[in-house]
Amino acid sequence: MTDATYIDQQANPHRFKNALLRAGLYAMLVLFALYYLMPLFVMVVTSLKSLDEIRTGSLLGLPREIDVSAWGTAWSGACTGIQCEGLQPYFWNSVLIAVPAVFISTVLGAFNGYVISQWRFKGSNIIFALMLFGCFVPFQVVILPMAILLGKMGIAGSITGLIFVHVIYGLGFTTLFFRNYYISIPVELVKAALIDGAGFFRIFWSVFLPLSAPIVVVTVIWQFTQIWNDFLFGVSFSQAGTQPITVALNNIVNSTTGVKEYNVDMAAAIIAALPTLLVYVVAGKYFIRGLTAGSVKG
Amino acid sequence: MTTPILSITNLYKNYGATEVLKEINVAIEPGEFLVLVGPSGCGKSTLLNCIAGLEAITSGGINIDGRGMVGVSPKDRDIAMVFQSYALYPTMTVAKNVTFGMKVRGIDAATQQSKLDEVAKLLQIEPLLNRKPGQLSGGQRQRVAMGRALVRDPKLFLFDEPLSNLDAKLRVEMRTQIKKLHHTLNASIVYVTHDQIEAMTLATKIVVMKDGIIQQIGTPDEIYNNPANMFVASFMGSPSMNIIPAKAKANGSGVKVIIERAEGEPLKLRDANGISGIANGEEREIMIGLRPENITNPTAQASADVQVANCKVDVVEPTGSDTFVTTHLGGKEITARMNADTRVRPGESMNFAFDLSKASYFVPDTGERLN
Repeated sequence: MTDATYIDQQANPHRFKNALLRAGLYAMLVLFALYYLMPLFVMVVTSLKSLDEIRTGSLLGLPREIDVSAWGTAWSGACTGIQCEGLQPYFWNSVLIAVPAVFISTVLGAFNGYVISQWRFKGSNIIFALMLFGCFVPFQVVILPMAILLGKMGIAGSITGLIFVHVIYGLGFTTLFFRNYYISIPVELVKAALIDGAGFFRIFWSVFLPLSAPIVVVTVIWQFTQIWNDFLFGVSFSQAGTQPITVALNNIVNSTTGVKEYNVDMAAAIIAALPTLLVYVVAGKYFIRGLTAGSVKG
Repeated sequence: MTTPILSITNLYKNYGATEVLKEINVAIEPGEFLVLVGPSGCGKSTLLNCIAGLEAITSGGINIDGRGMVGVSPKDRDIAMVFQSYALYPTMTVAKNVTFGMKVRGIDAATQQSKLDEVAKLLQIEPLLNRKPGQLSGGQRQRVAMGRALVRDPKLFLFDEPLSNLDAKLRVEMRTQIKKLHHTLNASIVYVTHDQIEAMTLATKIVVMKDGIIQQIGTPDEIYNNPANMFVASFMGSPSMNIIPAKAKANGSGVKVIIERAEGEPLKLRDANGISGIANGEEREIMIGLRPENITNPTAQASADVQVANCKVDVVEPTGSDTFVTTHLGGKEITARMNADTRVRPGESMNFAFDLSKASYFVPDTGERLN
């Protein structure tokens, strides 16, 4: 008999056991995936049903007839209090808040991280610790002082005010991300660049920023999700016309009188969640890569 | 007299209350290869960073080509540096790495290209120019790092343990290449290493440091044959110098050296040259330093300085070219460098020939040299 057959016979019981374990693993994963997908499924099917069908049919049943009118209503016709313009204007408010706030907090965080990790100065550790502390300050604590500050600055209730709040609140996180990423870069790189004649900003721009793609992705996803999903700051520091989509969604769901339009509510909720979902789908794999990038030296 | 390319006078460097460099005075002429050597933590890299301007000095002066360097930023010192980790810019290609400095200094593209070509040819990195540092081997990265320094054509090159991240074989190759470069370019170089073999092979001048203090400055030959103190004696050379406690008695022109032994008679040797630190008739405790190659097999044509004694062998280590034989003298382990064909087993006795013409003598408590 050849050796190969012998090895085959030896391996067989192990192989069977392995396959069984693997099957169990997949079954478990599929089960959990289904469990977590269930709410989304209910939301999607409900948003595609007519009100009649929602009232008579089952929660989990597929729509007998696909009816997309709820989506149209949610986008441009649903009432938030006295106005009936749908989510559309608030969606754009959220975009106007999130995009600049993400951009500014990411740039500032990168810069802070660069200074704290590569240009140690007296007290740089204390400053970093204080910024880190900022990550753990609960939202509720800042609301009153922030309201006063925004009033004094003359940007209370404006989009600018909300951008300001999100930049300040996000700075602790973005600084932490970039600092931890840059700390693994040997200080010799800065020394080499100094001898090459590059200055403080040139080194940041030419050496550090090009290195930062993975951590930029992480920071952008994190900040975008935080800012887009924020409700408390949005409801506290906005006024009619500057409310973000989360506040508008709440108003649509809570302020309808008469018949509750579940299909419109569901469609509106999906619309409000869509951008963050999209960000994860598009950049998710970079997110994981970026999270582990700090530990793997290039 | 020419202006020294680098002169350091009375340099002190403190971190808070800790003095890391004390009273450093060194000068090198153009074309010299200065090696700073010492155990880790001796301040050699700090000194190099001070020369580069990457660390501020506490007091004293650094002149490069006669120009005072206090308050001058690294880029204006006309230096180039090669780092231990190579410190290549990870996102730039090899070509961009090499030309980055010229680009920053605003040198025109044509000059950049011609300098790049020149250096790439010299270091044989032409096929690598479009790769990123991540795609290079250790030796290739090392060459690129040197290329980045070479294009600058500086007054002074600074090397910070450039070979310590390479494997043994490559290290020897690169060592030779650095030596060749020094000859062809006639460059002035300051080189930091903890490897005493690198120091011996590369340097025209060696500075041995310990605890932030210069122990000795000299040519490799001076450092090896006339170490200024016991630290230098034991740090330089491999296997290191045997340092044996002994009693010295000066009479007439020579000195009698008596070494106690665990078993048998004390070993009595005579150094006909005398020891300058011991007056005639004086008797005192000393430490005698003998390199392994000065304790060998007895040969027929021995000079008057060579004396033979029978000693018990503890360990035998054949290396191929030599056989190192260990014995005990004066309570210390002694290594002798014997011929490769020496056949002896541990526990046996054999004749050792001691050549005192190359011996160093030290004061036991201070470690200073006597002769």
